Amino acid sequence: MGMDSTLAVQLLIQGVLLGGVYGLIAIGLSLIFGVMGIINFAHGQMMVMGMYISYWIFVLLGIDPYISLVAVAAAIFILGWLIQYTVVNRILDYPEAMQVLPLVSIGLILENAALMLWGPDHRSPQTALGLDSMWVGPIMVDTSRLIAFVLAIIITFLIFIFLKKSNLGKCIRAASDNRTGAVLVGIDVDRIYNMSFAIGAATTGAAGCLLVPLLPISPHIGHDFTLTAFIVVILGGMGNLLGALVGGVILGVAE
Amino acid sequence: MALLEINKLTKAFGGLTAVDGLSFEIAGGEILGLIGPNGAGKTTVFNCISGFLPPDSGDVTFEGRSMVQRQPFSICKRGLARTFQIVKPFPAISVLDNVMVGALLREPSVSIAQAEALNIIDFMGLKKMTRQEARGLPLPLRKRLELARALATKPKLLLLDEVMAGLNPTEVDELIGLIREINDQGVSIFMIEHVMRGVMALSQRVIVINYGQKIAEGLPCDVVLDNAVIEAYLGKEFISAQCT
Amino acid sequence: MNRLHLLLVLILAVLSGLPLVLSKYTLGIFIMIFYYAYLGQSWNVLTGYTGHISLGHALYIGIGAYTSVFLAQHYGLSPWVGMFAGGILASLVALILGFLGFRFGLRGVYFVILTIAFAEITRLVVSHIEVLGSFSGIFLDFDPSFRNFQFRGNIPYYYIALTMMVLSLAAVRLIEISKLGRFMVAIREDEDAAQALGVNTFKYNMIAIAISAFMTALGGCFYANYIFYLHPDSLFGMGLSIELILRPIVGGMGTLFGPILGSFILTPLSEVSRAYFSKGGLEGMHLILYGIITILVVLFMPKGIIVYVRQWLKPLIPERKGDD
Repeated sequence: MGMDSTLAVQLLIQGVLLGGVYGLIAIGLSLIFGVMGIINFAHGQMMVMGMYISYWIFVLLGIDPYISLVAVAAAIFILGWLIQYTVVNRILDYPEAMQVLPLVSIGLILENAALMLWGPDHRSPQTALGLDSMWVGPIMVDTSRLIAFVLAIIITFLIFIFLKKSNLGKCIRAASDNRTGAVLVGIDVDRIYNMSFAIGAATTGAAGCLLVPLLPISPHIGHDFTLTAFIVVILGGMGNLLGALVGGVILGVAE
Repeated sequence: MALLEINKLTKAFGGLTAVDGLSFEIAGGEILGLIGPNGAGKTTVFNCISGFLPPDSGDVTFEGRSMVQRQPFSICKRGLARTFQIVKPFPAISVLDNVMVGALLREPSVSIAQAEALNIIDFMGLKKMTRQEARGLPLPLRKRLELARALATKPKLLLLDEVMAGLNPTEVDELIGLIREINDQGVSIFMIEHVMRGVMALSQRVIVINYGQKIAEGLPCDVVLDNAVIEAYLGKEFISAQCT
Repeated sequence: MNRLHLLLVLILAVLSGLPLVLSKYTLGIFIMIFYYAYLGQSWNVLTGYTGHISLGHALYIGIGAYTSVFLAQHYGLSPWVGMFAGGILASLVALILGFLGFRFGLRGVYFVILTIAFAEITRLVVSHIEVLGSFSGIFLDFDPSFRNFQFRGNIPYYYIALTMMVLSLAAVRLIEISKLGRFMVAIREDEDAAQALGVNTFKYNMIAIAISAFMTALGGCFYANYIFYLHPDSLFGMGLSIELILRPIVGGMGTLFGPILGSFILTPLSEVSRAYFSKGGLEGMHLILYGIITILVVLFMPKGIIVYVRQWLKPLIPERKGDD
């Protein structure tokens, strides 16, 4: 293998690995859209919140982001549940124009809360595996990217299993297919919506943890990730979860 | 020459052929009724004629011009207006403003269009609600508003999609009177209707379709005695109630 | 002339006299009130009246600002002329966006994303063009004269901004009572029904977006020559797009006075809180307040504050007759 083709393969692999994380961010967005027809314009900002929580757990307690992931996902789950309960549930019947604004506002609030709490500086923690890399034959792979990719795939897989097999997952799919029908068979749709938004949020929070070792955190990167997630979801088809993963990998490679 | 000619119209959704090689015509000044069981393809026929759905094959000719591949607004400009089965009022504006949108199609002056709209509102018996928001109207009045708006575009042919559904017998009779008056002013009418009282009172001719195909055509009183029609749509009780 | 008109004339007279008594700082706040009322009114044409939500209107501000400044710096063209060049360019870009959106049926959230994408792409492109100052932006030389659209002190800007706000009000009023405005509202209420009544919805959507972009771009030219500094992130950024739509939403979308009312409420709040909070080291606090206010308004007053003001003013508004 020549020098150039090695480099090309290496870039391709880096792209695929990052794409897995993009896919995970987008799956949350796609789930929320698929179930409620709402676009979460605060998605990237929620992810940034996850990144900060993971960062502080690492700095203060020395716990690696890969381990704090579960706690962070839980925290963002609660954040998502609160947002759904207080705001989103009340705007489901609004015209689309009016649905956009509260979510954009939530993004604005989260972004500036981060700015006030932690300042505008870029922060990048020195995690254990931060700069490690390993060689697969002639190809170098960043260890943290590889771990991020593997964990992203595992989480994606778990979400699939959850939606396919669990009772709650089946209810979520029913409510997203036909709201009225779900109400008629006795599903508590409000609760399903709370859960869906919260799970969508937790997913993006987990993705945030995976990105902590990979890129510097600042309050303002959130809205770029909201846009990234849009693009991924549109590439993969709105509301289509598997599409979101494929879209993420396409975008990761394209970058 | 007929006002509207439908020639071998076909429209399928996936594997389901909603309209299957349907041909018929409407003469100027006529009231034609279209009946058939639910899912027979009646509204799809309307959507194909009014430009909201492109037919897969076949032709729709209005005053000698093909209407296929025209947009709905352009078909309306030619003089072919429709109402919707599920009414679509402009909810946040007044009844007057609703009707004025139709009137402005032919009348560039806003003040003259307003005068015309007020006349139509009066004619349709909506005068008391002139300034009310359309969203506040009860269903029977919303159906009238739908008809008033279409009328304001000064059509030569009106397609009415179940304007009598959900009305009580008195309201149906009132509407029969209004539609007859509209027809007397020279507007041809093509109506989908399940309310047989209206169909029988108004139609000069009736077409019956089932599974997208024509199963009968003729005078209302002949059609309702047709065995195929009784079988597919009306049921035996209807005949014993109406034609004895 | 009825009592409502009298009230408006009175308010206008008071506003015209304010520079005689107010300090430079307070005048600056009023300039921003008029400027954001003007922008809100421009956005209102597309989103409030025609119903297509744009979250990328900063695009047209940026185009107006950059075009007029570029033409002035490189070709010596007066911004008074350049602003219309910017307006026309903004309309053309808006028509391309509109063509993609309206021809291919991108509705609702898809249209929103399209508007964001156009603004973001333009921001990135401008950030990489050398003659437009790339990332660092353009500083304007201070050379005050009427021809250069630059003045000493705030008073000339005050009157220009006030005039723009009043003209935009008049323009939207003319649209509102015309056939164009009635068709726009019909599209907002139900696009299919409008089509069925013979409204060429594509044509009227395109007219609405072109007018809205043109008006917005004129505002951009004003801003450039008031602030003397152009920066791609602040002129094309999503932050400005959000700023711009908050006022008409809080005031009342799709109404004539909503954007003005919204600006009179939010702009002073924003200016004062920005100054107050940044002194205390709380830079983001005023944006958090914005967010909370918007959510509260959307949840509890979705038609805007104008509804309540109308009720107070009811005695002034003549009863409409059936045939007025």
